[in-house]
Amino acid sequence: MFLQHVADGILSGAIVGLGAIGLSFSMKMLRFANFSHSELLTWGAYSALIFLSFAGSFSGSFDTIGPFSFGIPLVIAMGFSCLLTSVIALLLHRFVYLRLSKTAGHMTMVFASFGVALILRHMVVLIWGSDPIYYSNELQLAVLLPGNVRVLPDQVFLLGLTVVVVIALHLFMTRSRAGIAMRGVAESPDLARVSGVNVDRVITFVWIIGASGAALAGVLYGMTVQIRPELGFSLILPLFAAAILGGAGSLYGAVLGGLIVGLSENLSVMIIPTTYKPAVPFLLILAILYFQPRGIFGEPEK
Amino acid sequence: MTGSTELKATGIVAGYIPDMPILHGVSVVVGAGEVVSIIGPNGAGKSTLIKAIAGLVGISDGNVTLDDKDITDVPAHSLASAGVGYVPQNGNVFATLTIHENLVMGGAALAKAVAQERIEEIYGMYPVLKERTREKAGVLSGGQRQILAVARALLTKPRLMMLDEPTAGLSPMAAAELFGVVRGMAERGAAVLMVEQNAKAALRVSDHGYVLADGQNRIEGPASALLEDEEIGEIFLGVRRKEAV
Repeated sequence: MFLQHVADGILSGAIVGLGAIGLSFSMKMLRFANFSHSELLTWGAYSALIFLSFAGSFSGSFDTIGPFSFGIPLVIAMGFSCLLTSVIALLLHRFVYLRLSKTAGHMTMVFASFGVALILRHMVVLIWGSDPIYYSNELQLAVLLPGNVRVLPDQVFLLGLTVVVVIALHLFMTRSRAGIAMRGVAESPDLARVSGVNVDRVITFVWIIGASGAALAGVLYGMTVQIRPELGFSLILPLFAAAILGGAGSLYGAVLGGLIVGLSENLSVMIIPTTYKPAVPFLLILAILYFQPRGIFGEPEK
Repeated sequence: MTGSTELKATGIVAGYIPDMPILHGVSVVVGAGEVVSIIGPNGAGKSTLIKAIAGLVGISDGNVTLDDKDITDVPAHSLASAGVGYVPQNGNVFATLTIHENLVMGGAALAKAVAQERIEEIYGMYPVLKERTREKAGVLSGGQRQILAVARALLTKPRLMMLDEPTAGLSPMAAAELFGVVRGMAERGAAVLMVEQNAKAALRVSDHGYVLADGQNRIEGPASALLEDEEIGEIFLGVRRKEAV
């Protein structure tokens, strides 16, 4: 049972990690706790649905790929979802957060993000209703791994995709000029500015990367669990716990934080009743803030 | 780098909060190949003046021209390609980035190939940086940090270089080395504007000096004259009155 919990923990941790990247970046670079970020996961999941229903109505059903429950359309839908979710994030930035950041304090922005989250969530209910939806009705057989661990092929895909995304982001952040500029802006926007970096453009990148991570996390959650309007909202605490645990602004921190949160949630059920599982991220947040407020990889504020 | 490079800041009114200016109409002129120091007591607005010229503090009145081109309202990130280099006082390197990445940041406004070429040039000029390209800038010693900060700003070959207290916290040896670098920039034709707490040392490497107080021009003149001026000596250069000794 222990190994099964570990496997489940890693899988849910990967989703949380992907979703937390954007939250961590926005905490560091936009300097506020964005409570609407979790709704981007929801919108990511439903955006893929939009694409799938269009694709489906044009060409009927598609074959699935190998042992997976999905076909090529879902893979394309992921790209579409990243695109649409990024557009939503940029609109929010342009019309809410950017405007507020010029005149209002951090707390105002946090509360605005609560409001934005409510609007986004209820728009989903308005458009798609509140019943859970699935991308596919294909039945999947779990694969039995050594140690009596069962995983679905889709879950293996989830893990693989997360690894690919993290490696790609790592290369982007360390090898490309845009990635280096992003890290520079995170540390010191003014110094970046006088070095000739257009900070506004970098922040656009930050939103796109964060929103795309959230979109992928949303689709993956939708694939392996279900799609519902509270999808993102139910992950808000794990997301914050992962971002804070890893340290604001750290890519690896967010992913590692996600894994730790996922593992501790899933392993906790071995010692505490399952009903208390949602409290685990809360405890983690408290513990981090008490012992290591800047997180594992966080840089000290200057 | 022609001989005509000239910074002219005229009647600058600027501050962090609207309607609460720190500078009340300050003017400075820096010619090509010239080192100009701004000295004055704490709170005189020295750093604010440099920040205002660098585009980090809003200018509500007055104007700044570089080679007769108005750069008053040019956004900070466009000034790098307009020929302005700026080394702030605190946090003047990206401590979390490697030395190489710091230089990449310095070349953000340049085409990639040009930036790479310039980075190699910088390594040629400052071998101490080349030895440690992959190390985080945060681990550098004070002196090396300042060299990196200057190198980062030098990457665009600025016609105007502004330095805010470049020798703060440096050992006398490191400070002397840095002043040498500053002179070198001017000799290669750049206009250099420097704010220094260490007024005497700064004036010794400067051609011209301005004394600011309460956000206004107080005294200005050739650096050598300011060094000999008794009044300035008493107020700003830490020379004690004879009778007090």
